[in-house]
Amino acid sequence: MGYDPKNPMLDRITDIGPPHYSEALPPVITKNFGKWLYHEIIQPGVLMHKAESGDECYTVRIGAARLISIEHIREMCDIADAHCEGYLRWTTRNNVEFMVDSKAKVEPLLKDLASRGNKFPVGGTGAGVTNIVHTQGWVHCHTPATDASGVVKAVMDELFDYFTSMSLPAQVRVALACCLNMCGAVHASDIAILGVHRKPPMIDTDAISGLCEIPLAISACPLGAIKPAKATNSKGEEIKSVTVNAERCMFCGNCYTMCPAMPLADPDGDGIAILVGGKVSNSRSMPKFSKLVIPFIPNNPPRWPEVVAAVKNILEVYAKDAKKYERVGEWAERIGWEMFFEKCKIPFTIKSIDDYRLAYDTWRTSTQFKFTSHIK
Amino acid sequence: MPKHDTPMLDELEKGPWPSFVTDIKRQAAQSPQCWDILGQLELSFKDKITHWKHGGIVGVFGYGGGIVGRYSDVPKQFPGVAHFHTVRLAQPSGMYYSTKKMRAICDLWQKYGSGMTNMHGSTGDLVLLGTTTDQLEPMFYEMTHDLNQDLGGSGSNLRTPSCCLGMSRCEWSCYDTQALCHFLTMHYQDEIHRPAFPYKFKFKFSGCPNDCVAAIARSDFAVIGTWKDDIRIDQAAVKGYMKGDFKANAGAHSGRDWGKFNIQTEVVDLCPTGCMWMEGETLKIDNANCTRCMHCINVMPRALRPGVETGATICVGAKAPILDGAQFATMTIPFMKIDAESEYSDVVDAIEKIWDWWMEVGKNRERVGETIQRVGLPTFLTVMGVDILPQHIREPRSNPYVFWKEEEVEGGWTRDVKEFRKRNAQ
Repeated sequence: MGYDPKNPMLDRITDIGPPHYSEALPPVITKNFGKWLYHEIIQPGVLMHKAESGDECYTVRIGAARLISIEHIREMCDIADAHCEGYLRWTTRNNVEFMVDSKAKVEPLLKDLASRGNKFPVGGTGAGVTNIVHTQGWVHCHTPATDASGVVKAVMDELFDYFTSMSLPAQVRVALACCLNMCGAVHASDIAILGVHRKPPMIDTDAISGLCEIPLAISACPLGAIKPAKATNSKGEEIKSVTVNAERCMFCGNCYTMCPAMPLADPDGDGIAILVGGKVSNSRSMPKFSKLVIPFIPNNPPRWPEVVAAVKNILEVYAKDAKKYERVGEWAERIGWEMFFEKCKIPFTIKSIDDYRLAYDTWRTSTQFKFTSHIK
Repeated sequence: MPKHDTPMLDELEKGPWPSFVTDIKRQAAQSPQCWDILGQLELSFKDKITHWKHGGIVGVFGYGGGIVGRYSDVPKQFPGVAHFHTVRLAQPSGMYYSTKKMRAICDLWQKYGSGMTNMHGSTGDLVLLGTTTDQLEPMFYEMTHDLNQDLGGSGSNLRTPSCCLGMSRCEWSCYDTQALCHFLTMHYQDEIHRPAFPYKFKFKFSGCPNDCVAAIARSDFAVIGTWKDDIRIDQAAVKGYMKGDFKANAGAHSGRDWGKFNIQTEVVDLCPTGCMWMEGETLKIDNANCTRCMHCINVMPRALRPGVETGATICVGAKAPILDGAQFATMTIPFMKIDAESEYSDVVDAIEKIWDWWMEVGKNRERVGETIQRVGLPTFLTVMGVDILPQHIREPRSNPYVFWKEEEVEGGWTRDVKEFRKRNAQ
């Protein structure tokens, strides 16, 4: 019996949740669950976990696009069937991990991966750049201010050697979100690439009556820039609509989320901001937010060369200047943000000074600062 | 054969990183609608704007989430993606898969969709990209009956919970993140599938303060493993690191010559509380002053391990900047035993206290972190019924504007101004 369109509720199964994770653990993981002693990265992209039992689990980590086909996944399954007893896993950063239970099985696995062109780069461990977590972008989202997969591909091509090596002062987490909704949550990344809008919403008076709850559109604005108003649609009818006080708009796009008749995306208005110095881990210092250092770079598909150059520049200045273990944000705080701008040769603009809520905490209320070239 | 010229996208077939363009072309041989994905994306690259319309509500019967409607705004040019909905599948905790299951999911998606996926979405779901409304019910039937898979969350509901890989392959996990994540996912299926909240609500579970799943930055309810007792020290292994027998930081820095490992500068001096010191070749830790940042353990995993009295710290209210600005989750419950035998009743109690309150006072599209900002942390802590602790703050308030309650003030607030004037003239 399959699905019966005449009787869709027949034999319906709901709310079963995901399958239990224990069904898909490799045997060496099942056997040593909760009994791991320590780990070591034996070469970039290859981890060894030692268990109390003496067992060893070798993990080979490969980079993958987040947007991948089932054909590509099937090829990964072929590899897992050939080497890993039919198991594999994904990491929280879109990498894929192949696990084997002895060192002897690592070389054949690496050889197999290498034989398949550039599809399965090994790396993403330790003091390097691991995979970029990101959002949908133009390939499947309705609110983006930039693409995601395209920018990420261009950046990772340029940072590739940092993915396959471990030569940085600490791990560097790069993330991309294609609009301020940040479903990619880039607000705590070492280097964040963020799509931003710069034009206030338009008002589609032919659509607003049918598509929008006007009070919801008004209350969606955090700055009270949207007010109720009468307008005339293209048929000449007077309708209930809204006006936008453009000078108050901070281009967050929340109104468009609530009201599809208020689009704000624009080829010239949209682009990318760069934020740096965030971290999630508690290691040494507390978690930190990413800070806005480059307010706008225009979208320049297909390879966004200006964004790629900006990310690489920050990464390489950091790599040269930071102390061992220092994350980007810890380095910037130690040298001071004025020195960060100086060393990275990034022009400091008024746009990096916070004037939104909670802004006061970011202002300098001290006589302690460094005389960088900013002070004439 | 390609349906559209894609000169800009073709540029993204170059370079060493795996190309999603090459991959979509590969899939197009089996799923012709993929040519229209490329065609529409090429147009977006040319126009520098998205060509997807706003929203569209679609779903399967009885569910209010898990499927996201998506429609092209240029359907005539690209009919293969005219209707191109997203299906979110709840991922297994820790994202381990058998190839048998993975192939079955691929086959399902070949039959009912475009063959393109996200592994995984930002919240953690296995995301299937691109199908039409008429495929949803038959696909859901097959998914639940033959694959034992279910949809994840979307909209103003509990989003699909996610966790780090925890005890399955990490020596630092202070509780079984996968077990708790799976338990709560099953316990709250209704909340995941039927939106009833003011806005989205996320659970994330990290096994230790390294927080590999970014719980403190991304979840309304973050459960982050920690311990109460002393860091376990193997002094022989400490000496091993000092002698250079073991690679510091588990070999994470081996790509550059950083010189000989120096325990004083690389461990002791970087301790944020200064609670460690060397006595000869013996490492000493004043555990009462340790804040469990993980640095020393990260650097010397063979020598140092978290304690054995383990549990989790509960932090509440993280979110990305929309709308009031980014928030990290605020430490609410410093230590909780993560107890499977009681079916995690302490965790469940804490979650439901938050929900009961937030569903009443939260405004439409207000994350719980914003509700806490609006009413103040003291009010939230009172709602939670937790002991009020200095650990709840980084520093005490610097303004004196305390909201005293009448019952806290001797004699109450009712006074007679006439009596007052008898003593104090106007």
